[in-house]
Amino acid sequence: MLKYIGRRTLQNVLIFIVFLSATFFLLQAQPGDISQQFLANPKITPEVREQFREQLGLGGTVGEQYLTYMGNFFTGNLGISFSEYPREVSDILAERLPRTLALFLFATLLSFGLGFQSGKFLAWRRGSKTEPVVTTVGVFFQTVFYPWFALMMIWAFAFGLGWFPIGKFLTVEKWLDAPPGVEANGVFNRMLITALIVLVGVAAVEVVGRRAGDRRRGKRITWAGRILLVGGLWIWWATVWSEQAPYALDIAWHLVLPTVTLALIGFGATMLLTRASMLETLKEDFILTARAKGVPDKVIRDKHAARNALLPVTTSLVLSLAFLIGGGVVTETVFSWPGMGATLLSAALQEDIPLTIGAFAFIAVLALIAHLIIDIVYMYLDPRIRV
Amino acid sequence: MTDRLVDPDPSAAPNMADVVAEPLWQVRLRLFWQGLRSGWSSFAESRIGLVGLGVIVLFGIMAMIQPILIGTVWEPAIYDPVLGYDAVVVEKTIVPDNEVTDPATQIDLFSARLLDPLLQVGDTLVVTVQPAPPSRQHLLGTDPLGRDVLSQLMFSTRAAFMLGIVAALVTVFIATTVGAVSAFFGGAVDTLFMRLADLIILVPFLPILIVLSALIDFQLFHLALLIGVLGGFGGTAIILKSQALSVSVKPFIDAARIAGGGHLHVIFRHIIPNVLPLSFLYMMFSVTDAISAEATLSFLGLLNIDMSWGIMIHQAWDQGYLLDPNRWWLMVPAGMSVTLLAGSFFLVGRAMDEIINPRLRRR
Repeated sequence: MLKYIGRRTLQNVLIFIVFLSATFFLLQAQPGDISQQFLANPKITPEVREQFREQLGLGGTVGEQYLTYMGNFFTGNLGISFSEYPREVSDILAERLPRTLALFLFATLLSFGLGFQSGKFLAWRRGSKTEPVVTTVGVFFQTVFYPWFALMMIWAFAFGLGWFPIGKFLTVEKWLDAPPGVEANGVFNRMLITALIVLVGVAAVEVVGRRAGDRRRGKRITWAGRILLVGGLWIWWATVWSEQAPYALDIAWHLVLPTVTLALIGFGATMLLTRASMLETLKEDFILTARAKGVPDKVIRDKHAARNALLPVTTSLVLSLAFLIGGGVVTETVFSWPGMGATLLSAALQEDIPLTIGAFAFIAVLALIAHLIIDIVYMYLDPRIRV
Repeated sequence: MTDRLVDPDPSAAPNMADVVAEPLWQVRLRLFWQGLRSGWSSFAESRIGLVGLGVIVLFGIMAMIQPILIGTVWEPAIYDPVLGYDAVVVEKTIVPDNEVTDPATQIDLFSARLLDPLLQVGDTLVVTVQPAPPSRQHLLGTDPLGRDVLSQLMFSTRAAFMLGIVAALVTVFIATTVGAVSAFFGGAVDTLFMRLADLIILVPFLPILIVLSALIDFQLFHLALLIGVLGGFGGTAIILKSQALSVSVKPFIDAARIAGGGHLHVIFRHIIPNVLPLSFLYMMFSVTDAISAEATLSFLGLLNIDMSWGIMIHQAWDQGYLLDPNRWWLMVPAGMSVTLLAGSFFLVGRAMDEIINPRLRRR
């Protein structure tokens, strides 16, 4: 199992190196060089440009430049952003990465969870009159022109109904009189850590509960663990971080609409696929056997059919991942959510090459890591790969 | 069959000769026609497929009549999708400040005096409205620059079709060839192409296009080629390869090789024809992807093209008419068009999937 994970990691690292080389040669194919960008910006003096050339090794041959480029990248030296001049690219990216991570993580979980559950129920109640409606809804979410859909969501839920703010990361007025020590990135990182603890904790408790042997006892352990986890974190936020809690709620309120919108586009595909895969599984002999044994319907549905239908859906998650990341760029732009995607886009529009390449590389790293996690989950789900 | 084997009657021979005398292309054409008809009859059973096809035909008609309309009913100076201009003139009554009850026919004194300082309450003022609401001259109104929205919509349809079809053809051509070649040869060739496909799948499509459009000045045709190449070496190649693999282990491939068929002969005459139905199916899905990708990129303002559905929405967004329900004609028609056309290609693809993929058939 460890060997498998190691091999996959190695493959991903290799893919990433190939990818980085490809971006290097893409840059190399451009006329002029990076240091000649933003010539009209008076803050970037010729000395700075010279320093920049030095640092990027732009004077040398292509081979030397390539080595410098790779070396710089792996030592975390991504250069200086032109459009936000004195700031380093790695600094900007470190600030924006958690925001994209949160958006992507919650949207993926939400779309996968909702899609899988609804697909399961749809397959179970096959042939009803709702079928064409469901197909239409699924296809709509899958093929809707996404930026337009996001704008319509803002129009309906933020502008029309006023339930959510119209884009942005936080309400500026509210943060003006924030106590010292409370700043947006810190609060947001705490929120993200809390969410990760909840996710990992719930999964761990689930595993412990399953292994308990006795089903009754396992269920009790699971529930006790969940309550302990969520309650503990709740108390922690109410006491230790109580100063930050209202500000955290403000950010969370801004996060809801983008997450739901992004989740909805992945939802349609997952639902349709789960339905198709579940219908296949329901035709298998072991389902017939389970029915003949008199296993309750709910158990057949959830334990026998859905567990087996999960595999192809997980595989397709790899494909929809790229889709969700692309959607994330659009979501961040439309909702003015200052994450990696929005950074990539604005940098690309201003032709701020170091920032563009940095953001691009980190989006690729994000995709690779997500890919690896899905591989590991898949291995956990499918015992045939594990051995 | 048995008749022919046991019947030694020489009178049957002329019949046989007739059959053989029929040129090969005629036989092929007949078989193709038969296949098409049986395919159509199962396609027609699926309602979603028919709906999708209907929408595609509708858009096709829209795309075709726009140049005809421009030449005949529509004045090119007004209705040209890019360069046209029409100022819709409206008479407004001037009312005191803060007493405007109906903005369509009334204007307050302050705003009116900005145009002409001598005006008084009660006068009528002739103003030009942009974007103008739908009217008899402009069925879908005009955009903020005074151009006809319907004409833009129809003009963009042509571009969308061209882009989608070019991208899909390139995708399918590359993916089928790559799939068949790597299934047939296996080994290093296979590994090379499949790892390449992995790489392309892994790195998200839209960010690649964003970075490339920052570096290169894209025209529509280049974008179509690029989407086609990325799609063709990416996911579609993997799917078509698995189909080609299941074909290439069949006995008739061995037979063809034993009969002396070269590599190219086997690949192009025996493997690819058997993969083609699936390729054609994936062509539909690539059209969907290409149309959405182009619309998204032009929405983000990254493409250097004159007019497309994405650009129409981009302009409405850019000029601040986004959250205004009274100006729905700027956003809704273009957004619906992208969704409908992309969705209908997808529906046709799904309906074809049920014909081509026997596992999905009801029976």
